[in-house]
Order: sequence, then C-alpha cells, then structure tokens
Amino acid sequence: MTGGRKSAEGQPLIRLRDIHKVYPMGDDELHALDGVSLEIEKNDFVAIIGQSGSGKSTCMNIIGCLDVPTSGEYFLEGRDVSRMDEDEQAAARNRTLGFIFQQYNLIPKLTALENVELPLIYRGLHERERRELARQSLERVGLGEKARNLPSQLSGGQQQRVSIARALVGNPSIILADEPTGALDSRTGAEVLDFLARLNEEGNTVILITHDMGVAGRARRVVSLSDGRIVSDVRGRAGEGAAGAAAGCGA
Amino acid sequence: MNIKQSFKMAVKSLQSSKMRSFLTMLGIIIGVASVIILVSLVNGLSDDITSNLQSAGTNTINVMIIGRGGNRSFDAEDMEALVDDNPEYFTAYSPGVSAQITAKNGTVSVDTSATAVGEAYAGIQGLEVEAGRFIGYIDVERMQKVCVIGSYIAEELFDGAVYEGSTVKINGASFTVIGVMEETADSVQGSSDDVIYLPWTTGTRLAGNASIGRWSLQARDVKDIDRAIEVAEQKLFLIFGSEDSYRVSSMSQMIEMLNEITGTMALVLVGIAGISLVVGGIGIMNIMLVSVTERTREIGIRKALGARRRAIMSQFVIEAASTSAAGGVIGIIVGVALAFVAGRILDMTVVPSFSAVLIAFGVSVAIGMIFGYYPAGKAAKLNPIDALRYE
Ligand SMILES: Nc1ncnc2c1ncn2[C@@H]1O[C@H](COP(=O)(O)OP(=O)(O)OP(=O)(O)O)[C@@H](O)[C@H]1O
Ligand SMILES: [Mg+2]
Repeated sequence: MTGGRKSAEGQPLIRLRDIHKVYPMGDDELHALDGVSLEIEKNDFVAIIGQSGSGKSTCMNIIGCLDVPTSGEYFLEGRDVSRMDEDEQAAARNRTLGFIFQQYNLIPKLTALENVELPLIYRGLHERERRELARQSLERVGLGEKARNLPSQLSGGQQQRVSIARALVGNPSIILADEPTGALDSRTGAEVLDFLARLNEEGNTVILITHDMGVAGRARRVVSLSDGRIVSDVRGRAGEGAAGAAAGCGA
Repeated sequence: MNIKQSFKMAVKSLQSSKMRSFLTMLGIIIGVASVIILVSLVNGLSDDITSNLQSAGTNTINVMIIGRGGNRSFDAEDMEALVDDNPEYFTAYSPGVSAQITAKNGTVSVDTSATAVGEAYAGIQGLEVEAGRFIGYIDVERMQKVCVIGSYIAEELFDGAVYEGSTVKINGASFTVIGVMEETADSVQGSSDDVIYLPWTTGTRLAGNASIGRWSLQARDVKDIDRAIEVAEQKLFLIFGSEDSYRVSSMSQMIEMLNEITGTMALVLVGIAGISLVVGGIGIMNIMLVSVTERTREIGIRKALGARRRAIMSQFVIEAASTSAAGGVIGIIVGVALAFVAGRILDMTVVPSFSAVLIAFGVSVAIGMIFGYYPAGKAAKLNPIDALRYE
C-alpha cells in the first residue's frame, strides 16, 4: 500500500476522529474509548500513557487495524480504514504496521528466523529473499546466532528482540509497541527503549504504550488517557529526557 | 502465500504432533486399506471363476433334463436330430453324465466320478489329452470298455506310470486305459483332474441303462449363442411340452451371472469399507476443530502480521488434506500388502485394481478437504484481536 503515502502529503499519517469503543457489559455499557481524537505525524515518537483499564490497548488495536471502533473515523495514511475490506486491512497490517506485543506473541513451534519471516511470507516474497531479510533483521537486534532457536529456547528479552525483528523486517512506516518493556527487567527494558528511539531516529514512526512515566519520558510526545479520554497531550517537555538521550545517540 | 508454503506449514504442524497425526490418519488408513483388500480379493475371485469357466469354452451350451417322470424322454437320437437340423447353430454335441464310482488298480482304489461322454466332449469342453487318445466314435458305437483318466487318477492309481494296456476296475468291470488327460488343476482331489471318462454307451449300461440327464452342445458362434439356446429350448419344449422338464444354459450366461454376483458383493463390501472412510473423515474434522481452537492465538498472530483470510484457510485445508493423503498412502501400502498376505493364506488370487487405489486415494484427500474446510473457515473468520486475546 505504498500508494497511500502519496496522499499523506499534507495529511497526518494517523488521524483518529471522535473514536468510541463500547463493550456491552450486561445491561450496562463500558466505554473503553470515549471520543478519542488524535493525529500522529510521520516520524514522530509518541507515548500513550494511562492507568490500567484507561483504554491504551484498545486504542492501539484500533490504530493497528486489529479491532474496529464502534463509531468514529480512522484514516491511516489518508485512507479511511472503515472502507477497507478485510484483505486490504490485512495488507495494511502487513506493509504499514509493525507490532511489538507485551507477550511477544511468537509462534512456539517456529524458530526465531521462521517467526521473523512470517510477515514476508504473507507479503508473498520468495524464500531466498525472505531468509536474507529475516536474517538481517535478526542481526539488527543482535540475535544473528540464535536464528535457529525456538522461542522456548530464548530468554524473555531475547524473545522480545525476536518480536522486534519481526516487526521491523517488513520495513513498516509505523511501529506499534504495547508495553514492550512490561515483562522485562529494567536493563533489558532500557535496551529495548534505546532500540525504539534509534528506530525513530532512522525515520520510523513509533507509538509506544506504557503506564510507566519513566518509559514515556523517552518519547517526543506524550498522550495521556484516562477512562477512554485524552486528558493531556504534551510535546517536548515530558520528552526532554528522551530528546536529550536521542540527541546524544544521534550526535 | 502460495500452496507450497501452506504445504510446508502443514507438514511442520503434522510433524510437531506425530502421535495425534497418526491417530487422525488411522481411520483413513483402515478405510483405504480395507477397500483395497476387499476389491483385490473380489477381483481375484471373479477372475478365477471367469478363467475357470472360460477354459471350458464360452460357446458351450449345457442342457439338463430334469423331467424324468414324463411320458417322453430325450435321447441321443433327439440330440443328433437337433444338431443335424440346425447346422448354422450347432457344431457338436456330447452327453456328459457323471456318477460316483470306485476305481481300482490291483489293491489301490480311489473314489472318483466317472463321466460318460461322446467323442466330441473333449473338443466342446476345451480339454486336452496328455498321452494316448480321447474316447472315439468307434468306442461309443461298440460300447468298448475303455476309459480316459484324469491326471489325479493317473497319479493315485498308477503313480503317474500308465502304459498301453493298463486297466482299471470300475465298479468291478475291467476297463482299458486309452489316454491320460492334461493336468488342469494341480492334480488335486476333487478337482477337474479327479475324473474318469467313459464312452457314454458303456457308461449308461454300467448304470443300468439310465437315461442321459446332461448334455453339452457346442454353438457354432458365441455371438449367436442366445439364438442357439432358443432353438434348443424349442426342440425340448416340443418333446416335453413343459418348460419345467429341462434347463438350457450357456457358459457365457453363467460368467455374466457370476460377474454380476461378485460385482454386487464387491459393491456391498466396498460400501462397508467406505463407511469406515467416512468415520475416518469425521476423525479428521474432529482433530482439525480441536487444532483450530488450540491454535486460535497463532491464527491471531498470523492475521496481525498480515495473513489474509484465504491464507489461513488454505493452511488449514492443506493441513487436513495432507493428513488424510498421508493416511491414504499408508492405507494403500498396508492394503496391498495385506491383500497379498490374505491371498496367500486363503489361497486366492489377488488382483489389486489400479482404479481402486486411485479412487481410495482421491476419496481420502477429498475427505480431508471437505472435513478440513469447516474448521478452516471458522479459523479464518476470526477477528484478529479476538483471536489474539484467546486463552
Ligand atoms: N473484549 C472486551 N470486552 C469487554 N471489555 C473489554 C474488552 N477489552 C477491553 N475491555 C475493557 O476496556 C477497558 C480498556 O481496556 P484496555 O485493554 O484498553 O486497557 P489498558 O489501558 O490497555 O490497560 P492495561 O494497562 O492494564 O493494559 C477496560 O476496562 C477493559 O476491561
Ligand atoms: Mg493494555
């Protein structure tokens, strides 16, 4: 869907307009998202923070075309997602989006390399090309020699790096990371964050979901959610530390 | 994603749970194997019967006289008249009455059947003489006390060493052996080699001038055999005035009938085996349903990474189809092997049919596709997030 990028001129990469997500709860309704409007520009590094249950994951799933909003409009690269059919959404997930999940979500019976290859399989690349790109991506996260290990033969941090390699292999324009450090110790967590910051430096749009202010501090922009609403949207100030670190890295 | 990729994934997932895959395949293996065993044996059986009957000549017409009590009987003159009056239909005739007798050579004796025949009998029945000659016209005419013996009798009474002038005592009367028949059935007791042929005139006298109840007629052309049977029946009806007094049948009719019987038998047996194939298919569907449920999360991951519905669908359908195809191949191997073992044990000819193998394989793959389709559809329809959240 590279064609979509042309229309991105003057349009934000992601535009959410008055998004609602309502779950029926018996007689009641639960508003997981209650009128969220958000625009994310290309090349930004955005953290979405909020307490548990505030709707962060729901928001990310909608941005990631994994879930559909109850109402509201969502434009991805200028295209109305609600008008895309199932296959077009699959293609968008395949080419435009890269997911990093809190629980890694690797397929247990596939090796690290095979897991990383998956997005390329669904893109229809040939085996030789796939292998090569997957290997490069694994090397990029420093796991070149673990290519043949099964997920069960890797540590948590290594598994998360495999899932990062998988998110990167298709060279998507947006990286979506839901609590990528949630299951990691602080040092490995910091490594993963460094990595995300570097990806952003290299031109990727990164959306990071966390409930940890410290983690959010690495981003350029911090959006706070509470009870399904955006309560603050801060650029620069909260991201100073991150900006500083990133600048230090880049220099 | 292409078929090759789906196939690789299917093989991988089969390998990752070998025991389960095997149990899934078991139904198909048993189904396919039993279809092949049954078809091979029934085929062999019908081939055996057909070739036995065919060696007796397909243009042979058998006439049986049942109506003994009637005021009129059917004798050699009547038969001669029938053949002479209809040369376009008949070429030869011969009586062919058998009776149980005891044959003796010195102290060795054997219970066997003596068949009273005319000189044309060997030609009509397609029998060959190994040594000496068959019953001739003169033997019949002069009521000679001569006989031609089967290879089993030659073995039993003479240890295979029959000389000119050897004699056999049949029910006390001495007969000169003028010929030995060619072996047709391994010289086994009770087979077509366990027989003695006598001139029919001598034979009927031996039996106290009994009338002849069985005749063999040779039709000129197999194509006209139905018409020839009609002609014979007309003649018999004229004599007896009742259709119940005689029976006229041909070898080709019998072969046809037997083929019909074995065909029906095959159909019934294959139908029963087919049921086990269907049961095997249900087993596959069962496993596929379980496997789809178990792997819901995996499906969610694949969808999140961009798998289209069709890709998920083909992965599961191909997985089911290759499970059952693998079962089919094993079933074919097991079936053919067991058919030969069974043939050995039951002493039957085994004729595995290539089309049965193809059909069994095709059916097992089709079963996999059909029964894999529903669970696959179920898997492919899942919303990515619902699949991902599935515990
Ligand atoms: N499938 C669902 N059915 C019903 N309610 C749901 C469902 N998914 C989410 N919710 C509810 O929506 C709200 C928002 O959930 P969400 O997962 O977005 O929170 P979160 O901000 O990601 O929390 P956490 O930090 O704990 O991951 C919660 O109250 C949750 O119970
Ligand atoms: Mg969450």
